[in-house]
Amino acid sequence: MATKLKEVDVVIVGLGWTGGILAKELSATGLKVVALERGGQRSTEADFQVPQVRDELRYVVRHDLMMNTQKDTLTVRNNVSQDALPMRRLGSFLPGDVVGGSGVHWSGHTWRWTDMEFKVRSLYEERYGKKHIPEDMTIQDWGITYDELEPYYDKFEYTAAVSGKAGNIRGKIQADGNPFEAARARDYPLPPLTPLLSQEMFKTAAQNNGYHPFPRPSANASRAYTNPDGSRFGACQYCGHCQRFGCEANAKGSAHITVIPIAMRNPNFELRTHAWVTKVLKDSSGKRVTGVTYTNVLNGEEFEQPAGMVMLCAYALNNVHLMLLSGIGAPYDPVSQKGVIGKNYCYQTGASATLFFEGRHFNPFMSAGGSNTTIDDFNANWDSDRGKHGYVGGFIVAGGFNTALPIGYRPVPGGTPPWGTAWKAATAKWYDTAMNIGMSGNVMANRYNYLDIDPTYRNAFGLPLMRMTFDYKDNEHRIGRHAAQVINDIAKSMNPTRLNPAVARTDPWTVVPYQSTHNTGGTIMGTNPKNSALNKYLQSWDCHNLFAVGANVFPHNSVYNPTGPVGALAYWTADAIKDRYLKNPGPLVSA
Amino acid sequence: MKNDGFDRRAFLKGAVAGGAAAATVSLPRPAEAQGAPAPGSQGSPAPANTYAYLNPDEAAFVEALVDHMVPADQYTPKGTDLGLNTYIDRALAGGWGKGDRLYMQGPWKQGVPSQGYQLPLTPAELYRTGIAAANAYCVKTYGKSFDKITASQREEFLLGLRAGKVAFENGPPARVFFATVYQNVMEGMFADPIYGGNRNKAGWKMIGFPGVIAVHYQNVEKYRDKKYAVDPVSISDMS
Repeated sequence: MATKLKEVDVVIVGLGWTGGILAKELSATGLKVVALERGGQRSTEADFQVPQVRDELRYVVRHDLMMNTQKDTLTVRNNVSQDALPMRRLGSFLPGDVVGGSGVHWSGHTWRWTDMEFKVRSLYEERYGKKHIPEDMTIQDWGITYDELEPYYDKFEYTAAVSGKAGNIRGKIQADGNPFEAARARDYPLPPLTPLLSQEMFKTAAQNNGYHPFPRPSANASRAYTNPDGSRFGACQYCGHCQRFGCEANAKGSAHITVIPIAMRNPNFELRTHAWVTKVLKDSSGKRVTGVTYTNVLNGEEFEQPAGMVMLCAYALNNVHLMLLSGIGAPYDPVSQKGVIGKNYCYQTGASATLFFEGRHFNPFMSAGGSNTTIDDFNANWDSDRGKHGYVGGFIVAGGFNTALPIGYRPVPGGTPPWGTAWKAATAKWYDTAMNIGMSGNVMANRYNYLDIDPTYRNAFGLPLMRMTFDYKDNEHRIGRHAAQVINDIAKSMNPTRLNPAVARTDPWTVVPYQSTHNTGGTIMGTNPKNSALNKYLQSWDCHNLFAVGANVFPHNSVYNPTGPVGALAYWTADAIKDRYLKNPGPLVSA
Repeated sequence: MKNDGFDRRAFLKGAVAGGAAAATVSLPRPAEAQGAPAPGSQGSPAPANTYAYLNPDEAAFVEALVDHMVPADQYTPKGTDLGLNTYIDRALAGGWGKGDRLYMQGPWKQGVPSQGYQLPLTPAELYRTGIAAANAYCVKTYGKSFDKITASQREEFLLGLRAGKVAFENGPPARVFFATVYQNVMEGMFADPIYGGNRNKAGWKMIGFPGVIAVHYQNVEKYRDKKYAVDPVSISDMS
């Protein structure tokens, strides 16, 4: 029997970037806030010190900072005709599970998603006609605009120490930035990172091909920095151990060195680690949530934590899982296309080429998470004609390095034997003399890509696993084919000694190997309760005192990394709660 | 001046510039970071092989395999001299081998390849059953177990395994077994030496990976398109 605790004003489920932002913002208003985090506490001082943190086997291969699939995982299948089977170990994506969440081990790439996403259906119908959008592509407008979100992007970029170069300040195009980005009020808080040789070579080649390269904006502090909250950052050391590692230099924009410590200093805030939330509770009307149940995973003790408001701030997939387990909102059904919880699960697609240059020295072990030069000519550039290629969306192309460590990164030209002296000769020769050009492409929402409750498998708490039904559709294959052609054209123009060309992926999505921790959708925001789970303030249409914050709210997936809008939306929601909801609790948008 | 992979002045400058970071970065003591290895550590000859998990037949298989994949040549000593067998044995004896972080609840179905690993076996059990099946295949095909066949027979067998042309009778799927073993050999070759492989950092020296010292705030420009030739530094070198 669960022990019932004293009611608090707000309970936050999961303490990463979104939970940390809400914890800081809401506890500052005087509300009593409790955060429940399933993982343990990790800090730079105790856990991310040299030399121990520089351990590729522990962090990259064995996933030390990630979700433990022994306790909880998903089942996966490519389509409804298959039996879903459990993802028995991590592979394709890597949700974090310690204080700080995936924001501890991310690389820091921070983008502003624009009206190209938020008005996706309207814009494509207007430009290309309704027939351009496949019948099973369930893209829809988000109900929010870039102008509404702009100040919150700014706030997140200044909080997280983003280094970059503006491309468009109040409509004025800036040299060396991304000329296709939406207008911003001001530049990034920090100048771009120092470019690597691979970035410079890509930049020249991209320019020679008529494109517009720019340094990727990244929350890797290019200089020492103090953010507007007073959180202090060290300068990035280009240590080559970024993605999947905590940062020993406090140079990576992470919640555990910014918003979380500020919340922790506020007596209104309490953090409980090792607290695994199993259900969100509703009252008898079903129109309000009353708190959550959770298990202390150190001793198995169960608790009920009553709360006036519940904020779901776990990893995107886990927010959806909790909504499904709690019976909040109608589960989505791909046959009838009724219901909303689990709808529009999306992912991302990619392809890359490896270029080998005899005599060059790329030093792949020297890089920041964001050591990357990018072109946006086939994404944010609305003049790029999607009509002739027959797809919705686009792709970005980039050259650079991120965490090119030797267990995982050992480029050799195609046809190299897999072992023996010839393999060693090639591995020794090319480790320092190769670079990559890669792309990231959209996955647009599809009627048959969704999340629901698995009928067979259970987690360590006896609860059913969530089932993921996902595959790339023809739209993604078309994006991939176009992108591979663009990559290979750029690569060939650089005259490499050898080239492993990019190949568009047309095989089914597979749970191995690692691809991207950019899982989106499932409890999407939208314009009305029939097409979405949440309104534009990320408030549940069903229960007005429940908010779900994270990439789970995206109605489809962009080519960009998700953390920019995830952070901005957390601040946006915090303001909506502070400025409006607390004064007049109820739906912030009338249904 | 020899660059030892740890430019102390650059590091300190970076740390000072780092402000808040400076307090949290522990500086290595130079004598330990750069001094000669202590007696009995990585500088000494390989110890006699004693195994925590592998039985003698399994050990013979693993030793033959790592010496075949990583022969002694101008690049590195042979696999057993790099400790690749020790790496694998410790991995199997430890948490990973016992199925740490592996969802092990049934029901069990093979599924399709895109659904990933679906065997009711921990990695240690996969090795045990996989090595037995591999040796049975070798006895049937070549008349002897894997460790006793010729180098060209080993090459043929391993290439067949990799290509999915070798199937095990009454064993785990051959390709799953091979993919696991191959990944572990690469881990043993390139992981930090604290895990038993990559002895004397020979894997890192082969490719020019500098190891755990990685303070490159200034090196990014200084070494752009220049070889960064250093003696690599491992976790135990700094501990």
